[in-house]
Amino acid sequence: MSIFHSKAGSTQELPRSMRPSHLAKIITVAVLIITLIYFLFPIYWAVIASTKSPSQLIGSNGIWFASSLKDLPDAIATNYSKLLGWTHARFWQWVANSLIYSGVSAVIGTIVSVMAGYGTAKFNFRGKGIAMAVVMASLLMPAALMTIPQYSIFQALHLDNTMLSIIIPCSVSPFGFFLGRVYAQSSVPTELLEAARIDGAGEARIFFTIVLRLLAPAMVTIFLFLFVATWNNFLLPLMMLSSEGLYPVTLGLYGMVSLPTFNDRGALMMGALLGVLPVIILFLCLQRFWQAGLAAGAVKG
Amino acid sequence: MSATRRSSAARPGRAGRSDAVKRAERTGWAFMAPFGILFIVVFIIPIIYAIYSSFFQDVASGGGAYGGGTMVNKFVGLANFRYVVTSAAFWSGIGRVLIYTLIQVPIMIIAALALAMVLDSYMVKHVTPFRLGYFLPYAIPGVVASIIWVFLYNPQISPIVKGLSSIGITVDFFAGKVVLASMANITTWTFTGYNMLIFLAALQAIPHDLYEAARIDGATGLQIALHIKLPNVRGAALLAMLLSIIGTIQLFNEPQVMQTADPGISNSFTPMMMAMNTSRGTLTPKGNGPASAIAIVMALIAGVLAFLYAWIERKVNE
Repeated sequence: MSIFHSKAGSTQELPRSMRPSHLAKIITVAVLIITLIYFLFPIYWAVIASTKSPSQLIGSNGIWFASSLKDLPDAIATNYSKLLGWTHARFWQWVANSLIYSGVSAVIGTIVSVMAGYGTAKFNFRGKGIAMAVVMASLLMPAALMTIPQYSIFQALHLDNTMLSIIIPCSVSPFGFFLGRVYAQSSVPTELLEAARIDGAGEARIFFTIVLRLLAPAMVTIFLFLFVATWNNFLLPLMMLSSEGLYPVTLGLYGMVSLPTFNDRGALMMGALLGVLPVIILFLCLQRFWQAGLAAGAVKG
Repeated sequence: MSATRRSSAARPGRAGRSDAVKRAERTGWAFMAPFGILFIVVFIIPIIYAIYSSFFQDVASGGGAYGGGTMVNKFVGLANFRYVVTSAAFWSGIGRVLIYTLIQVPIMIIAALALAMVLDSYMVKHVTPFRLGYFLPYAIPGVVASIIWVFLYNPQISPIVKGLSSIGITVDFFAGKVVLASMANITTWTFTGYNMLIFLAALQAIPHDLYEAARIDGATGLQIALHIKLPNVRGAALLAMLLSIIGTIQLFNEPQVMQTADPGISNSFTPMMMAMNTSRGTLTPKGNGPASAIAIVMALIAGVLAFLYAWIERKVNE
């Protein structure tokens, strides 16, 4: 059942002791709405700001458009061309880089996580206990810290400032392994595997034709987590990459805001909004799956 | 399990059983291998390399007082660690991160828990817009969230600062004592909704017969919340707390972005910034050696904190 769409039961069915008073209800809803404004206001402001010039940002009403409805398309077009100017027309290249980094590392990471999760959930092998203990311990390792030695190694191999220097570190996720294992334990029946073996199917064939199909929802969840984690990563590209052409969109926008001459915040806000759009679209399209994954993590954790 | 299998394999005519065990062994490793290799490349080798390089430092050789010679990587024993543990900048960074953790993490977790409990109760009819709205900030990368908030803290353009000053309240979000709270607000804004969804998932996993039984006994909504719901999400809450503590130790994005608007934020404002700037050479002593030493000391501190947290949690349970 989806977390977003489950309906709270009707109040009418409740016994009197459970029915909240009117006052309590009104106060609750008021608090929830104020909280909602807190979470949504910065995004709303970013939308408004993305249509404004630097002088309009200072001079006009901060919570409404500075241009009339008729002039709005022009204002947007102006900021869009300024955004391309500030980014040396690299903005969409950065978005494409982000898509490549996140997409490739999430695909690799998902497949290896599910394989390892299935392997440890359904087979006994020597060293399994130690391997799992090490991976689980790394869940508690502050991940950003790893970036420092990872950079040293990639630099020594002359692999820094390449796409691989982002893709390889981002395609390993102890959390992905954990989710893959939890799912393999709960949704792959051992009897089914035994039956397939009696029918003479090889292990690889069982995995690719039966297990992957059963684990499809888990795979979408792991894919999304890895995708978002890579998309949001900032320290790793900041350390690894020096060519602007390889930047992901987060690093590109940071580079823009840290320029000493930078003053065009409206154009930057437009870049920020366009840069998060792919993630938001992905979240909305796949919400059914990642919510199930969250639930598994919460219950087993 | 494997012991019983092996003993049965010793009996005549059961050789196939032993083959099955061997086959399982090989298959298990085959499935583990791709992840295992990547894990070794991305986690194990860097950790070993960090420990190794923390005993070395780049020093100029043979150039006299003005350097001039080439840089050589020289074994320096524990000098890098001595530098880290005696560095005032490192410890004030740790201090900032600890204060941040002590205040930000409980506020965020309690807020997320409260929102989840209210949305799971019968107080509100239409919960979907609230859930989506609270969660939306999580889809925004930390850097972008920080950029937006830095603009909202800017007195020239921020409707928040302007609005507050029009009713007589002047705030400087970049003032020395406020800046940490301003950062904490960005983290809270980004992650509260995510934690709330985890708690909601845990709440929905509670069997509904428990509520029925409580209702028959005449329990009020508040009693159910306190005595059934809260104990059942404890596990999820404690885990989220632990992961958040580990997350804030490595605080980096928010201060790094705020630095662009506030020169008062130093290159060693948090330990993670210090490690990054040491590695890139914008802080001296520079290079892999000292940066690795900072990372190792941080990992040890994080380990001690996680252990302390688990220990206190167990004590409280008893």
